Amino acid sequence: MSAIKHHIPDGMLAAYAAGTLPHAFSVVVATHVSMCAECRSALHAHQSVGGVILDDTPGISVSGHLRGQTMALLDEPFRPAPTYERRGIYPAPVIAALGGKEPEWKRLGMGVRQKILSADDSGIVRLLHIPPGQAVPDHSHNGLELTLVLQGSFHDELGSFGVGDVEIGDEDIEHTPTADTEMPCICLAATDAPLRFRALMPRLLQPLFRI
Amino acid sequence: ETKTAQMTPETIWMLAVRDQRDKQAFSHLFDHFAPRLKGFVMRGGTSAGQAEEIVQDVMLTVWRKAALFDPERAQVSAWIYQITRNRQIDVARKENRPIPEELRDASECEEDASQIVGVEQEAAQLREALNNLTTDQRAVIEQAYLGELSHSEISKSTGLPLGTIKSRIRLGLNRLRQELKGLR
Ligand SMILES: [Zn+2]
Ligand SMILES: [Zn+2]
Repeated sequence: MSAIKHHIPDGMLAAYAAGTLPHAFSVVVATHVSMCAECRSALHAHQSVGGVILDDTPGISVSGHLRGQTMALLDEPFRPAPTYERRGIYPAPVIAALGGKEPEWKRLGMGVRQKILSADDSGIVRLLHIPPGQAVPDHSHNGLELTLVLQGSFHDELGSFGVGDVEIGDEDIEHTPTADTEMPCICLAATDAPLRFRALMPRLLQPLFRI
Repeated sequence: ETKTAQMTPETIWMLAVRDQRDKQAFSHLFDHFAPRLKGFVMRGGTSAGQAEEIVQDVMLTVWRKAALFDPERAQVSAWIYQITRNRQIDVARKENRPIPEELRDASECEEDASQIVGVEQEAAQLREALNNLTTDQRAVIEQAYLGELSHSEISKSTGLPLGTIKSRIRLGLNRLRQELKGLR
């Protein structure tokens, strides 16, 4: 496996640690960190800063019963939240977003398939399955787009991206990501605003597919 | 043993909670962290009552998920910081936020005391670096990690010494590389 060349920017990792990154992007960050030692180490660094700030925060005394109540709860049985494990090419955060199920792909045209993992006001995160050699229609962005490769590779105007690499698209770039020819490219992609396609057809289809 | 003697009390308590399920050690952790956590959570505008609920949730998570505490990666307060922010987000969103894959159960591995002390020393250096910032810089850093800045605001905040911070914590990197190689 080739080394990861394109990482999560540091400000985004800090925002992820602090919990201010929108949900859709957090799924991508958690997935990349599951694959990348550099970014995991950087995330630990941000957690360490958070820890120092927590430790230096002037304390406010807690009410008298809180300690006893908490101690009494230590032996209470509790049901842990379900945890998910990596399956094949999908790291645990993707499996968690799938609720532990296999992705049910929906056709987008030109052989491209998608599975929306979550969609809300703050953004959409989806899996994309692009056949070998196929291009995703030429588009620009109203906001930010993160694309993380889980299988295969693609290239576009910004460079080439293999497993673990993250491409960051914003208002200033327009690109035509094209899957390389050796196998289908599967990506985890998050956007905080609808993409803008150049061709008329995809624009008409946009509301239908929530691209 | 000499290295163990150099560990901070918080680490020693946390390891006793993790490895021996030591309730007295837990009560020491509670006394150290609960007031700080309450102050930390209330800085974000949370009421005292709700802050105490979060403090209790966080401290119970510290007890229940103690097996995941890995002192070779980050100091106790870093682990508790992340649990706290996760909890605050989950409360706000009413669902679990995405978190990275756990690499393994920390308590099942042989640990290297000098590595643990090394991580603590890095945290101490980090504290010193933060204390040497100007008041303005420190304020921006605190806002960022308290969850008061968006990612674009963090990226735009010039003078935020994120690169310095990142380059300070390098100790665990080689081992992480090994573990992740095994997974991929
Ligand atoms: Zn990375
Ligand atoms: Zn794009």
